[in-house]
Amino acid sequence: MKFLYAVILSLLVYQARADIEYRDFKQPEQEQAYQTLISELRCLVCQNQTIADSNADLAKDLRRQVYEMLQQGKSRQYIVDFMTDRYGDFVMYKPALKLKTMLLWLGPVLFLVIGLATVWVLRSKTAVIDEPLSKEQQAKLDSILDKGDDA
Amino acid sequence: MKYLLPLFLFIALAIFLAIGLKLNPREIPSPLIDKPAPAFNLPILATPEQRLSQADFKGKVWLLNVWASWCVSCREEHPLLIELAKQNKVLLVGLNYKDEAQAANAWLSKHGNPYNVSVMDADGRTGIDYGVYGVPETFVIDKRGVVRYKHTGPVQPGDLEKIFLPWIQQLEAENV
Repeated sequence: MKFLYAVILSLLVYQARADIEYRDFKQPEQEQAYQTLISELRCLVCQNQTIADSNADLAKDLRRQVYEMLQQGKSRQYIVDFMTDRYGDFVMYKPALKLKTMLLWLGPVLFLVIGLATVWVLRSKTAVIDEPLSKEQQAKLDSILDKGDDA
Repeated sequence: MKYLLPLFLFIALAIFLAIGLKLNPREIPSPLIDKPAPAFNLPILATPEQRLSQADFKGKVWLLNVWASWCVSCREEHPLLIELAKQNKVLLVGLNYKDEAQAANAWLSKHGNPYNVSVMDADGRTGIDYGVYGVPETFVIDKRGVVRYKHTGPVQPGDLEKIFLPWIQQLEAENV
């Protein structure tokens, strides 16, 4: 039981965050934009964390950069462009939909289609044709059934 | 045939996985290639009252090497940079990234100074403009001030001959 509690408790732990700096925002929308942006930008030093989650120096600098740009009244798109101009599409956890990232976006759909097509082909190949048995087949079946297990 | 298909699928998968193993996930293509080197105007490490900007190197082929005294793998590439400096073929500019002047100067006098000049990017803003994420990094910049090549991580033995010297030669031959 103790073990079970431990498991349940560990599932309740929310992902740790590292953005501990105090930031002052004039409007709540700005703070919302800040929170959204820093949890969408990848920390390039520790590639599987966002800059909100990471403690790395670069993540701190990028959080500062995002904050300052928001304070200057820059739009979300401006900040996203600023980051991708410098670090490439990879810096966004959710890359923009364009020709270069098409495979990334459509890949899963492509695989689903391939999978469904495979299932469909296999099913139609092995589909049982529901024809009644011929007289000889029926007779053979009856004789086998009559004999039972001791045959 | 029934057994060949899974075999082929397996071989295809194995090939993709093998390619994946060889790729370096830290090597992120730089969007700066073939774009003008981002502007900076930073104090010189040796003489902080003077400042330098990227425009001061117009007309010259130059390398911008991002380094710091706290950067462990910078020590790894340092002998190679010294070697490059001895050949005197290219202007080697250091971007002293998020460092303290005192520590940086001490580091240079201890390990030797291969740089023609180093500028100080104390708060890392120029680093962000250059998309720096893994010190050391080295940019090859042409006479027009355009970034032509970026090397992430330490310069490895053989890289000078295989990568940097050919780039320098090619860019020196270009007319502005």
